[in-house]
Amino acid sequence: MRIAPLVRFALAGAALALAGPATAAEGSKPVLTVYTYESFVPEWGPGPKIETAFEAECGCDLQFVGLEDGVAILNRLKLEGASTKADVVLGLTTDLVPEAKATGFFADSGVDLKPLTIPGGYADPVFVPYDYSYLAFVYDTETVKNPPRSLDDLVEGDPNEKIAIEDARTSTPGLGLLLWMKSVYGDEADEKWERLSRRILTVTPGWSEAYGLFTKGEVPIVLSYTTSPAYHMIEEKTERYQAAAFTEGHYLQIEVAGRLNSADHPALAQRFLQFMLTPQAQDVIPTTNWSLPAARTASSLPEAFSKLVKVETPLSIDPETVARNRRAWTQEWLTAVGK
Amino acid sequence: MTEAADRQMRLAAGGLALLLVTGFLGGAFATLLGVGGEAPPLRALASDPYLRGVVGFTLLQASLSALLSVAGAVPLALALHRTRFPGRFLVLRIFLLPQALPVLVGALAIVTVWGRNGIVSDILAATGLPRLDLYGLPGILIAHVFFNLPLAARLMTARLDEVPAESWKLAAQLGLPPLSLFRIVEWPALRLAIPAAVSLVFMLCVTSFTLVLVLGGGPGATTLEVEIYQALHFDFDPPRAIALALAQIGLTAAVLAISLMLGGAPTGGFTLGAQARRYDRGTGLSRLLDGGVLLLALLFILSPFAAILIDGLRADLMRLAVDPVLGRAALTSLAVGLAAATLSLVLALSILMATTRLRRPSSRRRSAAKRIRRLLASAGDIAAGLVLVVPPIVVGAGWFLALRGVADVFAIAPLLVVATNAVMALPFLLHIVGPPLAAADRRNDRLARSLGLTGFARLRHVEWPEIRSPVGLGFAFAMALSLGDLGAIALFGSQDFITLPFLLYERMGSYRTRDAAGLALILGLICLALMVLAERGLRRPEPSR
Repeated sequence: MRIAPLVRFALAGAALALAGPATAAEGSKPVLTVYTYESFVPEWGPGPKIETAFEAECGCDLQFVGLEDGVAILNRLKLEGASTKADVVLGLTTDLVPEAKATGFFADSGVDLKPLTIPGGYADPVFVPYDYSYLAFVYDTETVKNPPRSLDDLVEGDPNEKIAIEDARTSTPGLGLLLWMKSVYGDEADEKWERLSRRILTVTPGWSEAYGLFTKGEVPIVLSYTTSPAYHMIEEKTERYQAAAFTEGHYLQIEVAGRLNSADHPALAQRFLQFMLTPQAQDVIPTTNWSLPAARTASSLPEAFSKLVKVETPLSIDPETVARNRRAWTQEWLTAVGK
Repeated sequence: MTEAADRQMRLAAGGLALLLVTGFLGGAFATLLGVGGEAPPLRALASDPYLRGVVGFTLLQASLSALLSVAGAVPLALALHRTRFPGRFLVLRIFLLPQALPVLVGALAIVTVWGRNGIVSDILAATGLPRLDLYGLPGILIAHVFFNLPLAARLMTARLDEVPAESWKLAAQLGLPPLSLFRIVEWPALRLAIPAAVSLVFMLCVTSFTLVLVLGGGPGATTLEVEIYQALHFDFDPPRAIALALAQIGLTAAVLAISLMLGGAPTGGFTLGAQARRYDRGTGLSRLLDGGVLLLALLFILSPFAAILIDGLRADLMRLAVDPVLGRAALTSLAVGLAAATLSLVLALSILMATTRLRRPSSRRRSAAKRIRRLLASAGDIAAGLVLVVPPIVVGAGWFLALRGVADVFAIAPLLVVATNAVMALPFLLHIVGPPLAAADRRNDRLARSLGLTGFARLRHVEWPEIRSPVGLGFAFAMALSLGDLGAIALFGSQDFITLPFLLYERMGSYRTRDAAGLALILGLICLALMVLAERGLRRPEPSR
């Protein structure tokens, strides 16, 4: 009869699992809870450095909660409603702003956006941009000898040289490419998608799967960001992976943060949003979030960043237009690519 | 305790367990419906041509995957049962591993072997042949067969293991040639496992999501599960998500009911490969065929694992192993897995106690009543199996909504993950523990009754010794399933609740693919160790001579 120890072991395990997440109260310091996406939180992400820097001056306890992505953050808020513990949300893309505002959960930021250096500028009473990046096709220099020089090149290029993209229904870069094509080709976008689909090896649910196929060598070109090569140059010391510069321009993706009107510490939340625009916080962004700073940094960017594609023409579609048309455009995309 | 009281207790326990499971799943749907405020748009969906295409594709790929997996599993199970070879014990455990792998890991491993720049393509290219085109229906089928053929083969070898030793002896004494042996002994045993294998694999493939998108080559390959995810995640449209989920459950139930009518009750199980001794030697030709089947099947099944191993070894395993985050994640994963497996086992045993009691032959009853009771028992099996096609994202979102007002959302997250994992492992446990329990019940019922053993005393002295090994296997398998599951966690992330698959995906999501490969290897080894340990630890002591 050896079931007893097994059960005891299991119950102990269960107790451990359930007791785990009890958060340790750090004295009487106010706790500022920030919902963000999961790659912000780990030790290599921006989270820990931002936390140390902000806690040094705020006399508070800053806690990050990592969720799947920007869409997941917004869903979590909808699920939690007024009972949410979040004071601040960090990591929505501007495409989600109309939907986020429609929830009525967000309060005006009260943050001065003058420090912003985002191309094209950004003005919004509620949301505060903290970084931005450009979508780009990243290629493997060992197999791609003539990288595409424009979106047209990509669309019309050799069907045997395959690309991997992300699904517009399930991922942010996937939706971004849909908008990129739309902003360049307008009403002809669906025809261009049909042309492009000859080159598409596969359409993955998220960025991780597509980039995994790319670094595995299964596909020589992948939809990612102009900043992706910086990771490989700095962390892996290799220039093998490069982004292709497109003459039509690149789609701009701005990431924003906002505070909730249910925040327990509204003033602290505002202070945190303001802090995200300080040179101290902006210094952290490039080499941890692998994106471009939204405001002035204290020190100059690492050399690898000067080798990245310089985007002359940032492309974007007004978020309100995106919100109105997303369903129809996604359907059009499905029909064109799904053949 | 009287015999009648024993019966009532068993039925009550089983009923309660079923009620808990249906309450858990149904409650989630009800809450989500409540917040949506409108009826699920079933009719509108039924008339949408795009969705009809999605449904058609979902059923097509799932049926083909189930048929291919089972068709391949028949010769493999026979060959595995006939042939002894070094490493057979380990191979049988590895057969359960694909189910425990995070899907993305499996998908990338399959690409390493079968992709455009995979091993097979490289060999073809070296001989001047064109490279493989994996993406599309072929890729989906290869992946699903890799994930499910081994499972089906184990369901079948278990049935072969149940063939009494006397049959093999008799067959040997009669000098039956291989074909007759197949027709008279092996096939009747195998046949019993086929409906169970087909329905289980079918359900697992209906809900396929990542594999279908990554290997399907484009949004033309879309399953209902993808639509459900999109409806709830991207569009936050609970009524639509619920309507789609209901359609998925209804369609699967219909297909299962048909397979039940064709093939009899869907109970089959795996036991442990500790088989009765076979005396047949086979002819030279049959041994050659078995050897060929084994070689091909093992190459097919083991090559992606080899890819995971090689990739994993390239990672900086030492650094990963000493990372305190990994230790914490592993502990959290193990704790969640233990809790989920325990809960699942309790539920499974309760349900099985009741269904074996319902199936127990009784001389006093009329045959009509008997048939009804058996039908009831089969319905219980199907209902328990259907939880496999209930989308975890719907269950998670529903309970999140239901509990947000009354409990701390960070505290309920682990609870919900445990409950979801336990329910998802239930069908497997029923398949693993059910048949041996029924056999034990059949063999010992009269003796137990004549001794007046009832209730827990009976469970402990009569059933337990015979089911301890399958319970061990089932427990380990349930734990492994939970260890590899990300599904529910993505929705509930919080900084203190990090599991191994979460860590793996986190690294995949920030360029750290090499670390992720190392983590996949570590996770796979933990699962394998669990399965070996649990089966060894709970194996029946050898009878002393």
